Amino acid sequence: MLRLLSFALLLATWWVAATIAGSAKLPPPSAVLAVAIAEAKSGALFLHLGATLARVALAFTLSMAIGSALGFWMGRSRIANRLGDPWLILLLNLPALVVIVLAYIWAGLTEVAAIAAIAINKLPTAVVTLREGARALDPSLDEMAQVFAFPRGRILRHVLLPQLAPYIAAAARSGLSLVWKIVLVAELLGRPNGIGFEIGVAFQLFDIPLLLAYSLSFAAVVLVIEALLVQPFEQRASRWRLRAA
Amino acid sequence: MRLEVDIQSKSYTSANGKRQQVISGIAFTLERGELGVVVGPSGCGKSTMMRILAGLDADYDGRVSQPAGARLAMVFQEPRLLPWRSVEDNVRLAAPEVTEERLTAIFGVLELEGHRNHFPGELSLGLARRVALARAFAVEPDFLILDEPLASLDDALAAKLREEIATLVASRPMITLLVTHSMDDAVRLGDRIFLLSSRPARLLHAVPISVPRAQRSDATVAALKADLARRDFSMS
Repeated sequence: MLRLLSFALLLATWWVAATIAGSAKLPPPSAVLAVAIAEAKSGALFLHLGATLARVALAFTLSMAIGSALGFWMGRSRIANRLGDPWLILLLNLPALVVIVLAYIWAGLTEVAAIAAIAINKLPTAVVTLREGARALDPSLDEMAQVFAFPRGRILRHVLLPQLAPYIAAAARSGLSLVWKIVLVAELLGRPNGIGFEIGVAFQLFDIPLLLAYSLSFAAVVLVIEALLVQPFEQRASRWRLRAA
Repeated sequence: MRLEVDIQSKSYTSANGKRQQVISGIAFTLERGELGVVVGPSGCGKSTMMRILAGLDADYDGRVSQPAGARLAMVFQEPRLLPWRSVEDNVRLAAPEVTEERLTAIFGVLELEGHRNHFPGELSLGLARRVALARAFAVEPDFLILDEPLASLDDALAAKLREEIATLVASRPMITLLVTHSMDDAVRLGDRIFLLSSRPARLLHAVPISVPRAQRSDATVAALKADLARRDFSMS
């Protein structure tokens, strides 16, 4: 209820601002909605949204999988941590734009280059978060599992993953928001489709309703995915905590 | 099947960089079917010794030969349950082969039946300790280590659990090692009592108790305790 009210307030503010600024600079919500509907009817909106979402899904999965494994390893092994740390610091501080441009130069303006560049941008944050998670693992439970001769699979599923789940959720949450931002830059610079490409077109044409229509459709999809996928996962992961309270 | 323990020395480097010796000589053997009780002053290194026997710590001088292929179960000082798994799952994860019948029996004895689906965070410490006992019992171990399993339980429950431990030990030919502060527990349960010195721990006496466990009357227990107290006193 409070959320709806907050959303309505946002729309009202937009409307008032549009009236003051004039529709050339800031079109009112109705104009943007009309463009969005027209784009949706022609199918272009879904095509571009689909292309962007596919890139997000691939890059996100790739970087979460590799980043979690690397982070876990670095958190558990001192040697791995020493070896990986300089790379990690380099990657963490490398601007996204540099990675994207270099990827396009070295691998060409290809899909692989785009996805790899996005994944590499997200990778270090996943590593850092999971490394913290691995460091925070409770050694007394490791010992318990060792004494009772838990096989590897059971340790992973019942001892390690539940402890790592909050960290995985945090890495997914922050990583996803990073990927949402970077994917548009990668598309703007080197892909012939996707939301980022369309925003680039709208920018060149100074077509503000088109720009807003794509941006807001994209934001809406992000919100829906956050609400339907990420938050339920976080809640499920901490179910035992809630019941304990 | 027997347990042979010969720990000559165990030390570790403390946070301030000093070498600390924890154990300076503990040697004994324990046969299948025997229950050894380790008694010693608080902080003398009993838990360190149990960690070595459980195979959790390999950094020591000496030798421990665990019976080959023995199934190990341990009740730690803290319950060490998985907080994100229910009571029943905690037991089943450690003992996947346990039958529903046996599980019901164990939960019945430990009065945990009503808590099967609770999470450990919802239990009192006393209940959590009982779950840890249930887990160890359900494994049907060949070698059972109990590190102060009855601490912080009320007297009535402690006495009841002591009986249960005695029943379990009698029901299976296994090697059992119990750590306790309570001389009462020691003489009521033990076949042999190992008295340790203060830190660094050294084996002072290995006292066999010849009276069978079931026949120990209160008078026998009192006499045994007096005997132990005398030995303890003569060494310190």
